[in-house]
Amino acid sequence: MSMHELSQLRELEAESIYIFREVAAEMQRPCLLFSGGKDSLVMLHLAQKAFAPAPIPFPVMHVDTGLNFPDVIEFRDRAIERAGARLIVASVPDAIERGLVTEPADGSRNRIQTPVLLAAAEEHGFDALFGGARRDEEKARAKERIFSFRDDFGQWDPKNQRPEIWELYNGRVAPGESIRVFPLSNWTELAIWEYIGAEGVEIPARYLAAEREVVDRRGMLFEVNDFVTLTDDETSAPRRVRYRTMGDANLTAAVESDADTVEKVIREIAEVRLTERGATRGDDRVSETSMEDRKKEGYF
Amino acid sequence: MTDLLRVATAGSVDDGKSTLIGRLLFDSKTLFTDQLEAADRVSKQRGSETTDLALVTDGLRAEREQGITIDVAYRYVATPKRKFVIADTPGHPQYTRNMVTGASTANVAMILIDVRKGVTEQSRRHAFLATLLGVPHLVVCVNKMDLVDWSEEAFEAVRTEFSQFARRLRAKDLTFIPVSALTGENVVDHGVNLDWYDGPTLLHHLERLYVASDRNLVDTRFPVQYVIRPRSSEHHDYRGYAGSIASGSLRVGDKVMVLPSGFESTVVGIDSPEGPLQETFPPQVATILLEDDIDISRGDMLVRPGNKPIVTQELDATVCWMDETSALQPGRTYAIKHTTRWARARVRDVAYRVDVNTLHRDEQATTLELNDIGRITLRTTQPLLTDAYLSNRATGAFILVDETTNRTVAAGMIR
Ligand SMILES: Nc1nc2c(ncn2[C@@H]2O[C@H](COP(=O)(O)OP(=O)(O)O)[C@@H](O)[C@H]2O)c(=O)[nH]1
Ligand SMILES: [Mg+2]
Repeated sequence: MSMHELSQLRELEAESIYIFREVAAEMQRPCLLFSGGKDSLVMLHLAQKAFAPAPIPFPVMHVDTGLNFPDVIEFRDRAIERAGARLIVASVPDAIERGLVTEPADGSRNRIQTPVLLAAAEEHGFDALFGGARRDEEKARAKERIFSFRDDFGQWDPKNQRPEIWELYNGRVAPGESIRVFPLSNWTELAIWEYIGAEGVEIPARYLAAEREVVDRRGMLFEVNDFVTLTDDETSAPRRVRYRTMGDANLTAAVESDADTVEKVIREIAEVRLTERGATRGDDRVSETSMEDRKKEGYF
Repeated sequence: MTDLLRVATAGSVDDGKSTLIGRLLFDSKTLFTDQLEAADRVSKQRGSETTDLALVTDGLRAEREQGITIDVAYRYVATPKRKFVIADTPGHPQYTRNMVTGASTANVAMILIDVRKGVTEQSRRHAFLATLLGVPHLVVCVNKMDLVDWSEEAFEAVRTEFSQFARRLRAKDLTFIPVSALTGENVVDHGVNLDWYDGPTLLHHLERLYVASDRNLVDTRFPVQYVIRPRSSEHHDYRGYAGSIASGSLRVGDKVMVLPSGFESTVVGIDSPEGPLQETFPPQVATILLEDDIDISRGDMLVRPGNKPIVTQELDATVCWMDETSALQPGRTYAIKHTTRWARARVRDVAYRVDVNTLHRDEQATTLELNDIGRITLRTTQPLLTDAYLSNRATGAFILVDETTNRTVAAGMIR
């Protein structure tokens, strides 16, 4: 990697670390939201750097839909153990059993993640939740502050956001209210990959190309596994594919790729012409404003 | 040297900011095909023949419905030379505070002017705000040149009018570029219609802008953000002062003074995300290790003994009021955040309110309301470690927060 790119990454890194420390210094009970995906792995890496040689001074929480790739869950456990952090799992299947949420008919547990997240945050009394969202991902996210205020229902009000001036973040909240904090706001997908390459951040194998048995559904390639089974009129075939995101196994598609190393992924990303959500997330295609609607309800 | 350029856009409603950013993304090939398809789809639904590039940045439902930009949207453009973070800020007066948000960290302000409308109240306000916030470079994009038949006179008329106003603002670096965001003329590529113009395109200008010298590399200021004390057996005696160096530089071996206590010590080590360093300078974050075991906490500042900030409880500042639910009034108390320190501040006096059109100072003013800019004096409960904003953005800036609602109500710049 050239010095040019490195200095740009160092500047993003510095901004993120500053944010982690600001939250740790000012908020009562922060928590880092962890999905096992590359963005949350980069967040974990940055959080370690922010407080080294001391351990990360807050726990890590995963909202587990029960529909994750099993290898991603294993990877999560190892990564968090290596970081010396404490893991809290908020389970969607448990919440369904308890009657907090009901299983949607369409099989997508995306929407019911939100109440589970909010209930867990309330139970633990978290007043700040770190999320790995980036502004380049989606239009509604592009409007979000780094310190994003949420009312006592966890809701986002895009028209009434606190002005965020200089690096003078305002995390003051009343009991029950909270902030979502996005340390990766100014990173792009490419920057995340360049950083993973430069820092040697470990990532799940699914991010790299390998031959996988997939079915083509409206141009999206889904791996055939316990979560995705073929209907009568479908056929599958082995293709060389990799994943760009790690959402639920039944909804996350792979893209055709030969990139079997991080360096090759970086080269490919520099050329791709689809946003990662547009390419691989069945759940975000619903409408032009579906992300905004979910965020208003308290989703990340 | 930074390779990340932070750009804030400004201009009146409908001057073409969103379209221009969409154009920058599109012509620099940063725009993704699905984003473009989505914009295209919505444009068609509305019966438009061409793709409305503004739809790429206007993402909120209300924005699409009303065809205006409500909140700051951040966009990322990468070229082989540089990466850009572009804040697309709303032009509507009611959202001026968002313009301030976008401009507070910007290296360059890009002000759009509709060539047919000329310099408006909003463009004056935005130019004034950009210089007030110390944005070092201003680029005025004279837009919609296609609608005036690419006329050089029309461009020159705007340039003359704006220059006159800008002279009174003492803008440091001012550039004018004629463009058409709609057709793309002069945004990324030159095109054929503006043959009388021999300057750079907008993107080319932004790529070459030299910003490293904008930083204050003289006055060393290290506000302590967080104290790292592992208390583990391996790092038993480790006590590091983490933060971001606001200005100047620190080297291993340097003598430093801790403020406000005044104790002196020597830097014996600098830890950083890259590992140990010999020297740290902006925009790095670092953890400073000192020779002596002295009591230092968040909000304290490391400086050089011979170059100290002003330690004061009396602030003379220019503020921009940002809250629609209340007004700034003498006698009222707010929470104040300055560097990494919180205190409380009471408003003593409103000296004047500035009329952003004429720059006239209304000395009869006693309050400041939403979007008002004025000069005030404050008294704080604790001494703050300050510099004048124009010589040091990081130690000259503060915010005021309403203690009841917790809303950020003002941005302040120390004089
Ligand atoms: N003819 C022409 N129309 C433009 C140009 N730039 C923007 N527009 C149109 O002006 C209107 C307002 O543009 P928009 O980007 O939403 O303005 P904003 O409010 O400043 O973000 C839209 O209808 C655009 O298509 C231009 O260079 N030429
Ligand atoms: Mg707009």
